[in-house]
Amino acid sequence: MTNHWIDIKNADVVVVMGGNAAENHPVGFSWVTEAMQHNNAKLVVVDPRFNRSAAVADYYANLRSGSDIAFFLGLIRYLIDTNQVNYDYVKTFTNASFIVREDYGYEDGLFTGYDPKTGSYDKESWFYELDDQGYAMVDESLEHPRCVWNLLKQHVDRYTIDKVVNITGTPKAQYEQVCQVIGATHANNKVATFLYALGWTQHTKGAQNIRSMAMVQLILGNMGMLGGGVNALRGHSNIQGITDMGLLCQNLPGYLKLPSDKDVDLQAHFEHHAPKPLRPGQTNYWQNYPKFFVSLMKSFWGEAATPENNFGYEWMPKWDMQYDVLRYFEMMKQGKVNGYIVQGFNVLSSLPNKAKINEALAKLKFLVVVDPLAVETATFWRNKKLFNEVDTANIMTEVFRLPTGCFAEEEGTIVNSGRWMQWHWKGANSPKEAKADGEIWAGILAELKRLYAEEGGALPEAVAALDWQYVNPANPTAEEVAKQLNGQDVATGRQLSSFGELKADGSTACGCWIYTGSWTEQGNMMARRDNADPSGKGITPGWSFAWPANRRILYNRASADVNGNPWDKDRTLMEWTDGKWTGIDVPDFNSKLDPQASAKTGFLMQPEGHARLFANRLMAEGPFPEHYEPMESPIGTNPMHPEVITNPAVRIFADDKAQLGDFEDFPYVGTSYHLTEHFNNWTTHSRLNAIAQPQHFIEMDEVLAKQKGIANGDWVKVSSKRNYIVTKALVTKRLQPYVVNGKTLHTIGIPLHANYEGLTREAYEINSLTPYVGDANTQTPEYKAFLVNIEKAEAI
Amino acid sequence: MSARDIILRSGTSELTPPAQARHAVDKVAKLFDATLCTGCKGCQVACSEWNDLRAEVGTFQGSYQNPMDLSSECWTLMQFHEVMDDNKFHWNFTHTACMHCDEPSCLMACSTEGAIFQRADGTVDFDADKCIGCGYCTTACPFSVPKLSPKDHKAYKCTMCSDRLAAGLEPSCVKTCVTGALKFGTREDMLFLAEQRVAQLHANGKTKAGIYNPAGVGGTGMIMIFEDITNPEAYGMPKDPVVSKPNTLKQDWLKPLGTAGIIGMAGLALVHRIAVGRNRVQEDEQNNGSEE
Amino acid sequence: MNRRQFFKLCAGGVATSAIAGLGLMPTLAFAAPREFKLIRAKETRNNCCYCSVGCGLLMYSRGDVSKNVEPSLFHIEGDADHPVSRGALCPKGAGLLDFVNSPNRLQYPEYRAPGAATWQRISWQEAFTRIARLMKDDRDQNMIKTNAAGTPVNRWMTTGMLTASAQSNEAGFLTQKFARGLGLVAVDTQARI
Repeated sequence: MTNHWIDIKNADVVVVMGGNAAENHPVGFSWVTEAMQHNNAKLVVVDPRFNRSAAVADYYANLRSGSDIAFFLGLIRYLIDTNQVNYDYVKTFTNASFIVREDYGYEDGLFTGYDPKTGSYDKESWFYELDDQGYAMVDESLEHPRCVWNLLKQHVDRYTIDKVVNITGTPKAQYEQVCQVIGATHANNKVATFLYALGWTQHTKGAQNIRSMAMVQLILGNMGMLGGGVNALRGHSNIQGITDMGLLCQNLPGYLKLPSDKDVDLQAHFEHHAPKPLRPGQTNYWQNYPKFFVSLMKSFWGEAATPENNFGYEWMPKWDMQYDVLRYFEMMKQGKVNGYIVQGFNVLSSLPNKAKINEALAKLKFLVVVDPLAVETATFWRNKKLFNEVDTANIMTEVFRLPTGCFAEEEGTIVNSGRWMQWHWKGANSPKEAKADGEIWAGILAELKRLYAEEGGALPEAVAALDWQYVNPANPTAEEVAKQLNGQDVATGRQLSSFGELKADGSTACGCWIYTGSWTEQGNMMARRDNADPSGKGITPGWSFAWPANRRILYNRASADVNGNPWDKDRTLMEWTDGKWTGIDVPDFNSKLDPQASAKTGFLMQPEGHARLFANRLMAEGPFPEHYEPMESPIGTNPMHPEVITNPAVRIFADDKAQLGDFEDFPYVGTSYHLTEHFNNWTTHSRLNAIAQPQHFIEMDEVLAKQKGIANGDWVKVSSKRNYIVTKALVTKRLQPYVVNGKTLHTIGIPLHANYEGLTREAYEINSLTPYVGDANTQTPEYKAFLVNIEKAEAI
Repeated sequence: MSARDIILRSGTSELTPPAQARHAVDKVAKLFDATLCTGCKGCQVACSEWNDLRAEVGTFQGSYQNPMDLSSECWTLMQFHEVMDDNKFHWNFTHTACMHCDEPSCLMACSTEGAIFQRADGTVDFDADKCIGCGYCTTACPFSVPKLSPKDHKAYKCTMCSDRLAAGLEPSCVKTCVTGALKFGTREDMLFLAEQRVAQLHANGKTKAGIYNPAGVGGTGMIMIFEDITNPEAYGMPKDPVVSKPNTLKQDWLKPLGTAGIIGMAGLALVHRIAVGRNRVQEDEQNNGSEE
Repeated sequence: MNRRQFFKLCAGGVATSAIAGLGLMPTLAFAAPREFKLIRAKETRNNCCYCSVGCGLLMYSRGDVSKNVEPSLFHIEGDADHPVSRGALCPKGAGLLDFVNSPNRLQYPEYRAPGAATWQRISWQEAFTRIARLMKDDRDQNMIKTNAAGTPVNRWMTTGMLTASAQSNEAGFLTQKFARGLGLVAVDTQARI
């Protein structure tokens, strides 16, 4: 979230799309009902199903799963056509006026630079025209035909309302109404917020779904505003913190990058990640990259990190390609992986195409499962009739199942969606012999350090150098690690109070630069519990610590115009008065600069200081979003450009491609989702939740049910090209058929809480059905739009 | 515990009137605003958690609703209703638990002294120790709330978390409610908030919105707001619930008579014992042991 | 049931009540109006482990932290001081007690041998020793020290790691150090999916 949970109360319009906040973030949703009751806000819900969020919405529009980009590009066109654009904001804070290179172009579903052989783009032309000093050229009048604004206008011009609803299946009146309600927030004193989640990410164009919405927020002037922003409602309790910790295949803590083969040495690494400003007078905060990186290396290697050895840079592994979990399981299936450690992640029940996951795991030499619960992954070798039919005797994988404590049994911090780092305390001991995760790594590492010291082996110096100097190395405490994450002066051990103090010379150590300030000499800032809200706007600066720098609303420079006057007096966040900045939040800009200068750095992490309507070279499939069909399209064509049906930059492995179904055999749109009574499959192990929702089911509309002779509560078989499940059917008015491109389409809604080791009724796991293909940028699997068939079945 | 500020007790004749001294107690109420409810079942789960109830894990019954009905081990239940109204689809959710009627039918129907009682704060509570499992309360309740336990054959229902209220806390369901669809306070305050909210709904074009606080049971300790007050059935609630005539009759006339009859019968039995002696039962002694 | 059995059942009922009266109740009792159960329980503040709202929790455990008590949770409810959740919890959070105390919580390290159909209990030290040996052998055999261009890359591709997004930051940082320190590149988490 650029904003935070409480801030939702400041919105005039709340749009829940690509998510289902009432269902999946119910307490966060309390701030939506708060806004409705006390700010007279309107709630708009756009979703393939009339869901729990829709039940209390003022406006509901349905759309076919996988058609969100068309919905938004039509909305952008509508905003431009009806002049509902906040031009002052767009000119000040976005790259609308930037001039794009002459060789950039778009035609019939493809941007310039596409190579059909590799299925990827040469993105060279997707960039600004630079002057001889290397600065981007701009035309403040927005008249230049190649300025971003005019290219955008041209790009969305194809998305007329009729074309949009032909793709999305949304009734035209509903679509127009939603456009109208959202469009009204272009006014300076009206703000909309968008709440989204996996309903947008789990598509082969997930990242572009989100970009489309972010562009709308910029055009309406809703970024950086109280009650506005781009608000990802993240899934797990600490998925934000673990992303901050960089536990992704190409990341390091604090959004620093794991070096790649191109970063041949430390200097090359810095050059690639500390880019040069693209406009004069830019803050370009990433210029500080070396300070953050060297401090991280000090926290990794301790005393062994010295200027002479480039602070241990060479001990860090380098990547040659993205080893995301989908690629790695493909490698595992090919027999290229020997060992796998799975911590708190029930892969067998969640990664796409369960049969492939089973096959891959069985090829491992050893599997270590570290989990608080008896998850299916640990027993992938066990034959379970109907649900996991495997040949146990022939699975030669050694498996370790190691019990961990849970949140209630430890101290530490988790980070919520609003970037609040909240410290929690231990209330009970772990069951029997269970240990904390860190204690388990420490136990294995101590053995490895001993073995390498005794036997030598590959790169033993890295294993020896890895800093583990905790008071009790067998069980590091949360307190000492939290202090390390904050950062310290190496010589004195003084806790740092701001990332401005970090140095690139090895004199500071810091595990995660964006966390600096969270545990200072004043103590644990994350444990603070002053819930006072002095401004009444939901900013509670004394509660926990919000990274970075205890800032609650990101990009808050954009809450005021070029002269530092708030766009809306009632939403004053930052204000220029009497020659200085004042406000209720921590400035997200250099507050020493005057309004005009700081306006140029409103988005200070960008080398041009401006928010991007045109994404330059950052996205895999183009600098503007474009409608592509899901990999399994229910209409088998793309009404915008029949030659380019699906996302041309998608990566798909050969076996998985062969397992894509088509609409003739699998005519219905399958889409998976959570129910509010459950959290993935964890709560199937909780009796109270098992009582509240005891058995798996799917949802379907009454028209299709009638055609298929399926009554409410009947057993059904749902199949995809991958496999099938047998479950019960809920026939409901909440799902409705759509007419898309002249065809009547039906959605099969598939809740994902289904397993056989829990306390709920045994069920087929629904990842038997899902396709093994991900978003072109993030490789997040397409769980939200795939093809299935359905028929009546015998009871199991 | 059961002596705390009780104003009405079941099965109690006028000969032993309830204590009336501490009457300066405000009536309390829960307010359920169905227009804000998302049917999350937080209340349902929190109720079971606080009250240490764990019903059996059921099966899918063709609805998000589960279990399908209240039971001795499920005192709060979220009902789900899909309704078409004026060609507009509504998904209605109803927080279902004891209504804490001002004139509680269950109490009036109860055959046992003190098994059901009403406190000065208006809450109606059961004392399972005294319950004999006759089930009269379960049929008398116009909302079908009390349920007999198959385990101990006693009747159970929502207590409005009487243990929490006694400690100055709110009921568990109200505390946990995420959207503010449930509120708790004095009955006066709840009615005030309800009227305010209904006015807001009317201003937003929901002109059929209204307050459900049925007079036929004397008003309730759970007040509800429905988007369409003319059709409470769309929320699974009876349109005009009343305390049934037989109940009133029984409470006021038949039970005192019945009590007199029981005393009379006991007298006769005593006379019989003295005059005739013990009645020996021997017909199935020979089976002793072999059947078990 | 005949008349005699009915009388026996009643007599049993009387006997049970009598024993209960003496404080020797052998089976379950279901009494209605209850005493407030939290009066002196230890109250610990925490945050919900499910979604990313981060609701505040009050966890109640047995005992008062005195040294002879093994603390175990018997109730969890919302923290009214928490500025986001203000005491509320959704059905997942309201049911947290049964997650913490689930019968399906793992309690001991276990091992499944190749081809075996059952678990066997092992000690932690056995687990650490065996896992470290497997990892070291694989690392020593498969560590890629330089790429084709001769750049030092020091990556270990044949073992990978999937990490939990519900672990705390502090555990997560130890996970990160453990993984990268050994040269793992195939490290991912739930944020990916």
